[in-house]
Amino acid sequence: MLRFNNRIEQMPPSGIRKFFDLVIDAKDIISLGVGEPDFVTPWHVRERVFYSLEQGRTSYTSNWGLMELRKETAKYLKDRFAVNYDASEIMITVGVSEAVDIALRTILNEGDEVILPEPTYVCYRPLAELAGAKAVAVSNPSFKITADDIEKAVTPKSKVIILSYPSNPTGYTIDRAEIEKIAEIARKHDLWIISDEIYGELTYEKEHFSIAAVPGMKDRVILMNGFSKAFAMTGWRLGYIAASNDFLAQAVKIHQYAALCAPIMAQYAAIESLQRGMPEMEEMKKSYWRRRNYMFEALNKIGMTVNRPEGAFYIFPSIERSKLSSEEFALGLLEKQRVAVIPGDVFGLGGEGRVRICYAIDFELLKECVARMEKFIKSL
Amino acid sequence: MNEIAELLQKDARLTPEDIASMLNKSVEDVREKIRQMEDDGTIIKYSAVINEEKLPKQKDKVVAFIEIQVQPEREKGFDAIAERIYQFPQVTSLYLMSGRYDLLVVVEGDNLKDVAFFVSDKLSTLDNVKSTATHFLLKKYKENGTMLFKQNKLERLNVAL
Ligand SMILES: Cc1ncc(COP(=O)(O)O)c(C=O)c1O
Repeated sequence: MLRFNNRIEQMPPSGIRKFFDLVIDAKDIISLGVGEPDFVTPWHVRERVFYSLEQGRTSYTSNWGLMELRKETAKYLKDRFAVNYDASEIMITVGVSEAVDIALRTILNEGDEVILPEPTYVCYRPLAELAGAKAVAVSNPSFKITADDIEKAVTPKSKVIILSYPSNPTGYTIDRAEIEKIAEIARKHDLWIISDEIYGELTYEKEHFSIAAVPGMKDRVILMNGFSKAFAMTGWRLGYIAASNDFLAQAVKIHQYAALCAPIMAQYAAIESLQRGMPEMEEMKKSYWRRRNYMFEALNKIGMTVNRPEGAFYIFPSIERSKLSSEEFALGLLEKQRVAVIPGDVFGLGGEGRVRICYAIDFELLKECVARMEKFIKSL
Repeated sequence: MNEIAELLQKDARLTPEDIASMLNKSVEDVREKIRQMEDDGTIIKYSAVINEEKLPKQKDKVVAFIEIQVQPEREKGFDAIAERIYQFPQVTSLYLMSGRYDLLVVVEGDNLKDVAFFVSDKLSTLDNVKSTATHFLLKKYKENGTMLFKQNKLERLNVAL
């Protein structure tokens, strides 16, 4: 009999089967479940790629990515987040998704433990398990994880702490002082840090602070970021890892064999975004900020209480007053009001009792959703 | 531009409540600011952007862009002649330009003859008008930042975690 890999077979499919099967093909719903910008990649970026195609730029690139892009990326990281990487310390990947997979496979051995603050984006746990490790969830009722929460989970088997802030699904981030304490713990227990900063550009009141900016941390931090969110480029599949040469020398072996290189068209698009895309990026960010403000106020008004998100384009309100589980709430809202939200428990420990709403949709539709959610809650 | 004006320019139907909530301001402040802008002429009026091609077939209007070279007047420059021109109701827009000509006049009429008559009778006969060149509009693609052709509706997945 043909058999599959045991780990893959045992891995549950992402999310909640029943709910997602209902949502995926539904035609007449308004979806607040889409984790991507509601903007098309700006025209100048698309137009730049037409040009690269005209010039016949359709080949492989170096495994590491185009040198021009690596240089622009290093400059961007320095300008925006005050972290210093040389172009040689940047590896271009197929989205942050590939970056996470590569990073975990590069550092994990069978039986290692990964400290994972939850609720969080869904890819880290299965990819860690696939690499033979165990994901140890840590949580905080405020969703703002502390260094103490993390230290309590440290065991002799701990190998890496995953930080993913601003957070999908909560929209919260970790403040600089706490980041510095977490860095201290990583140093004390000799742990790696994987920091997925894909929403780093999308912070509203405070500037994003990268753990890679803490002095002395560069060797243990594996920083990853990409173009999907801030530059509205989800479909291009482009991201990168910034890390020490020692780490990348190992990591590139996986990337080289599993992906060879990121698509060259996407790499040219990314160069254009970094060189000339900042004004549009700022405009998009402003429009998320406005909708964040609106949703924060509107949800609290209808009894879905929530603290103000600090970044990304998600809000993670409580549904406690409905007395329903997250899944029941999402199913009910879908059936009765044709609005899709994501049940919070999908994102792991501490997510039950909440739903994730992505507010990156048209403002009129957003208002309509709030009205429908209010009706749904009142009907209970 | 101030943010309230920016929002209203994109969507004049936003309510003061919506705007206040989006910008973290009080509803009263927003109302007051809008009132001020209406009073001081920052907001001139609220109007819908219409794609006229979609309206039930009316009699076709003719639009012409007319370049005019003029002799500016002492002390008044171009303003006096401009006023003479923009007072005509047929003139929908008027711009002073740098380059080969001076004034760009946009004129709307019921038919070609109408517009031609307006140019030959009213515009070219004005004192100080040295020459005119009339270009008739054939098709509109984009106006005031709005693309007039329906873009393909983008398909997005209903869920992406
Ligand atoms: C926290 C986080 N990391 C990574 C990704 C995937 O990013 P990419 O498109 O770069 O693979 C997402 C997408 O939702 C995300 O929310």
